[in-house]
Amino acid sequence: MSAAILLAIGLVLMALGYFIYSKFIAEKIYRLDPDYRTPANEFEDGIDFVPTNKFVLWGHHFTSVAGAAPIVGPAIAVIWGWAPAFAWVVFGTIFFAGVHDTGAIWASVRNKARSVGSLTGDVVGKRARSIFMIVIFLVLLMVNAVFAVVIANLMMSFPTAVVPVWGAIIVALIIGQLIYRRILSLPVVSVLGVVALYAMIWIGPSVPLQMPAEVAGMSGNAMWILLLFLYAAIASVLPVWVLLQPRDYINGLQLFVGLIVLYGAIVLLNPTMIAPMLNIDVPAGTPSMVPLLFVTIACGAISGFHGLVSSGTTSKQLNRETDARFVGYFGAIGEGGLALAAILVASAGFASLADWQAMYSAFGQGGVKAFVEGGAFIIHNGLGVPEVTAATLLTVMAALFAGTTMDTGLRLQRYIFQEWGEIYKQEWMTKPLPATLLAVGTCLLLAFGAGGADGSGGMIIWPLFGTTNQLLAGLTLLVITVMLVHLRRPMWFTLAPLCFLLVMTVIALLFQLRSFYETGNWFLLGLDIVVLVAAVLVALECAAALKRHRALAASES
Amino acid sequence: MSSKTPSEWRAWLGRARFFLEEVYSTRYRGAIARARRDEDDLFMLLVFAEMMGVPNPAAYYTLELQPLLLERFHDWHKRQGMEHSPLDHFRCC
Repeated sequence: MSAAILLAIGLVLMALGYFIYSKFIAEKIYRLDPDYRTPANEFEDGIDFVPTNKFVLWGHHFTSVAGAAPIVGPAIAVIWGWAPAFAWVVFGTIFFAGVHDTGAIWASVRNKARSVGSLTGDVVGKRARSIFMIVIFLVLLMVNAVFAVVIANLMMSFPTAVVPVWGAIIVALIIGQLIYRRILSLPVVSVLGVVALYAMIWIGPSVPLQMPAEVAGMSGNAMWILLLFLYAAIASVLPVWVLLQPRDYINGLQLFVGLIVLYGAIVLLNPTMIAPMLNIDVPAGTPSMVPLLFVTIACGAISGFHGLVSSGTTSKQLNRETDARFVGYFGAIGEGGLALAAILVASAGFASLADWQAMYSAFGQGGVKAFVEGGAFIIHNGLGVPEVTAATLLTVMAALFAGTTMDTGLRLQRYIFQEWGEIYKQEWMTKPLPATLLAVGTCLLLAFGAGGADGSGGMIIWPLFGTTNQLLAGLTLLVITVMLVHLRRPMWFTLAPLCFLLVMTVIALLFQLRSFYETGNWFLLGLDIVVLVAAVLVALECAAALKRHRALAASES
Repeated sequence: MSSKTPSEWRAWLGRARFFLEEVYSTRYRGAIARARRDEDDLFMLLVFAEMMGVPNPAAYYTLELQPLLLERFHDWHKRQGMEHSPLDHFRCC
C-alpha cells in the first residue's frame, strides 16, 4: 500500500467529516447561532475576554492542543499494524474529537465561558466535580512524568539534538526580550527565530552531546529527567513573556514548518507501508488490541485535554458562536493530521519488515523513536536532507512539543495545589514556590516509581495516561449530553461516543490491573485502582444525571 | 495574476504583521495583563497614599541613603535657591 494514497484517503475522509458531519452537528445539534452574543463580546475586558479573529483563534487553539501526545500514541499503536491505528485516528477525529471539542466550546460559551470543570458541578453534581478535579490532577501528573521520560529517552538516543533542543530555549529567551523591549518588529523576529532554530538543527549533528551512561551514581536517563524537571520548574514560575510566550510562538511556527516538511516528503517519496496492515504476530507481552488501542491513541482521536483548552481560554475569545465549528472541529482535524503523519512515518519509514520488527520488539518500544527514525528515513530519501540532520529535526520537533506541554502542565498542576491550599487552609501551599516543588515532587515520584530507578519504566504509564485522558473526555461529553437532553435535542451523537469511551476505558483498566498485578508493580496497581474507581463513579454519575434530566425535561414539557 | 502596487503590498504586509502579533499575544494576553495590573495597583497605592497625606513608608527607608547622597543633595538644594533642605525627613545643612 502506498503511503501517499493512504494519506490522501485519510485527508479526504477528514475533509468530508468537516464539510458534512460537522455542518450537521453545528446546525442541527448544537444549533450554533451567529447572532448569539458570546462571552468575549459580552464581558470584553481586554484581559481574558477578547473577541478574536477565528483564524488566529484556531492557530492558538491548535498549537495549545497539539503536542507530543498525537505523535507518541499513534507511533506506539502501530505495533498492532497500521490499519487499526489509521481507522481509529480518522474515525475518532470525525465522530469523537471534533464533536467533543466543538461541544466543549459551545457548552462553555452558553454558560458565560466557564470551564467544563465548574460546569460539571452545576450540570451534573458536586460529586462529579470532585471526580473531575482528581482526574485532571492525574492527567497532568501523568503527562508531565511521561513526557519527561520521552524527552530523556530522545536525548539519550539522539545526542545530536541536545544542542538545538536546549539552544531553542536560549533563542526563545532572546526573542522574548527583542519583542518585549520592542527592539525589532515581530515579522523580522519570526524569521530570525526560525532561521536560528534551523541553523542549530543544521549544526547539531557536528556537536553531539552524549550524556554518559552513569553520572553521579545515577543513570544518564535519570539525570536528564532531573534536569528537565529543574528546567520545567524554573520555566513555570518565570513571568510568561520571558520564556513561555516566545517559546510557544516559535514552536507553533516550527509545528507548521515540520508538518509541511513531513507531508511534502511523504508525497514526494511515496514510500510503501512496510509495517503489516494488521499485525497478527505481535511481540510477546503485547496487550490485546481491543481495548488498548483506544487508550494508547488518545490525542489524535479524542482527548479530554482538549476540553480544558476549549472551555478554558478558547471560549473566552470566541467572536461569533458559529466560529466554534471552525476552531473546535478543524482544530481536532489538525491534530488528527499530525497523528496521521505519525502513523505513516512509523510504518513506512523503514527499509524492510525486519527493520520495522526490530524497532517494535516489544510493546512500548518504537514510539517516538520510531517516529524520528522513520521520519528521518522518509525525509532523507524524499527531500535529500542528510539522514542525521532529518533525525535531529524531528527529535527537536518532538522534544520541544513535549517540553512545552511539560511546563504548561506543571504550571497548571501548581495552580491545583495552590487551590487545594486555599480550600484546606494551608497557607504555605498557596505560595508559588512550595506548590511548584510539590508538583515536581509528585511527578518525579511517578517517573521513577513507575518501574526502574533509572526512570526508564516511565513509558509503562502511557496507556494509563490514555485511560485517564479518555475519562476526562467522557466527563466533558457527559456535560454536553446533559445540556442537550435539557434542551430536548438528539443526544446520541454525544452519548454514543461517551458510552464507547467509558466501556473501553473500564476494560482497558481491568486489563492493565491484571498486568500490573502479574509484574508486581504495586505502585501503578494502586494508581490504576484510583483511576478505575473514578471511571466507575463517572459511569454512575452519568446514568444518574441522564435519568434525572430526562425526567426533568419530560415534566417540563 | 495582477501585479500589486507598492501601497497594496504595504497594506498586505500590515495585515500579515497584525496577524502575527495577534498570534503571538493571544495565548498570554490574560496572564500579562494581570501581571501589569498588579504592578499598576502597587503604583496606585503609593500615589493615592501620597495624595491623601498618608506617609509613604518607603521614605523612611531612603534615610539610609542620606550619607551617600548628602553632597549631591546639598549642591542640588543650593542650586535650586533653597538655603535648607525642603524635605522634612531628609535634613541637610
